[in-house]
Amino acid sequence: MQPAAANPVIEFRDVSYDVAGTQVLSGFNLQVQSGETLVLLGRSGSGKTTSLKLVNRLLSPTSGEILVKGVSNGEGDVIRLRRGIGYVIQDVGLFPHFTVERNIGLVPKIEGWPADRVRARVQELLQKVGLAPDTASRYPHQLSGGQRQRVGVARALAADPEILLMDEPFGALDPLTRDELQREFLSLQQRLHKTVVFVTHDLREALRLGSRIALMEAGRLVTVLTAKEFLLSTDPLASAYVRAFGDGRPDSAADRGTS
Amino acid sequence: MNVFRFIWQNHAQVLELTLEHLRLVGFSTLFAMLIGIPLGIGIAHWPRFNKPVLASANIIQTIPSLALFGFLLPVPWLGERADRLAILALTLYALLPIIRNTYTGIRGVDPAVVEAGRGMGLTESQLLFQVELPLAVSVILSGVRVAVVISVGLATIAAAIGAGGLGEFIFRGLAMVDDRVILAGAIPAALLALLADFSVGWLERRLQPR
Repeated sequence: MQPAAANPVIEFRDVSYDVAGTQVLSGFNLQVQSGETLVLLGRSGSGKTTSLKLVNRLLSPTSGEILVKGVSNGEGDVIRLRRGIGYVIQDVGLFPHFTVERNIGLVPKIEGWPADRVRARVQELLQKVGLAPDTASRYPHQLSGGQRQRVGVARALAADPEILLMDEPFGALDPLTRDELQREFLSLQQRLHKTVVFVTHDLREALRLGSRIALMEAGRLVTVLTAKEFLLSTDPLASAYVRAFGDGRPDSAADRGTS
Repeated sequence: MNVFRFIWQNHAQVLELTLEHLRLVGFSTLFAMLIGIPLGIGIAHWPRFNKPVLASANIIQTIPSLALFGFLLPVPWLGERADRLAILALTLYALLPIIRNTYTGIRGVDPAVVEAGRGMGLTESQLLFQVELPLAVSVILSGVRVAVVISVGLATIAAAIGAGGLGEFIFRGLAMVDDRVILAGAIPAALLALLADFSVGWLERRLQPR
């Protein structure tokens, strides 16, 4: 094995994805390094979510391949692949008939962890994402939107995956709660160093959370930049984003977008 | 009215026919669930088959029951015993509400929940048994409830081909032009339908996901 830094954890190799003859993604090449938060930024329909779902094989590429930890994710067991990747979506998708504890502990339980270890892990995660211990026995419908998404993040982290895929996880939250969760995400990531692919259409979120930002448009990767580079970029699309979002100060323009 | 006196005087037979009736309804509902729930799950996952399956179940539903009993009479093994035949016919009638509600229930599960489950690495069967079915169970049961209530009513007609049940009283009463005899079949049948409706409804509420 080579040192981790030299190997991308996720690599898209010339990936295309078609739906009914329409190219959703074409000629997509991208490497995600260990421990970084790579943000996929783009407008609706630019192919961000598709790229994410190609990683955990919820979608299969029409051509090209995606390597996860050096191995093409089309080979081998898709269930194993997915259990090694945390997945957080905007609609959270908590199991409404399970308590928070069962929601978070589901994958560890299926993986055969003993019950007391699952329970301890759930408590540990609740604390990590800033929820009270007694949240464990509640049902999703008894929680606020922000609490639900915290549970969503805890659930994704449950089996301690190396990779985390996040599809606009904070998109449906009110600005204050979103700000809170973004801050907590940053501090969590400082401790956990997961390899994160984070989808958003919000430039400010991208600048704040991303170690690098991959800008997408119409199914193509336009450029990959750090936050600093992004703000200074002369790329017409990047500068259009910067203009649309103002100078990074909170303003209404950023909050108007929906999905 | 001395209907109740009549029922009391013949309580042994009323009870016997009620049990026969229950047997017809019970077996046919059981079979309809064993066939209809998997079919409903199937068409919810492979929507291609949704139209043909639901259309077939619909067509069966439109066949007049007396005619269906008649059609099935010459079928070899079935025709030998009237209760087999009645159970088959009742099973066929019970299919539609069960298939349709299973389909609706499974399709009604929040797609985000299914996507999250699949993305977490649940296998298709874990997804079905731990997520989709528990979330669809009350919708499925409400289909079963409709099926049972229909069956209790339809099973009275099974007496026309000699399958027994409370229909015996009704047909005998019709032939004798005696309301008491008709009601001795009709009242217990109505009570059975109410009881079935109530008890499956109770189960439905008990199993309702939060």
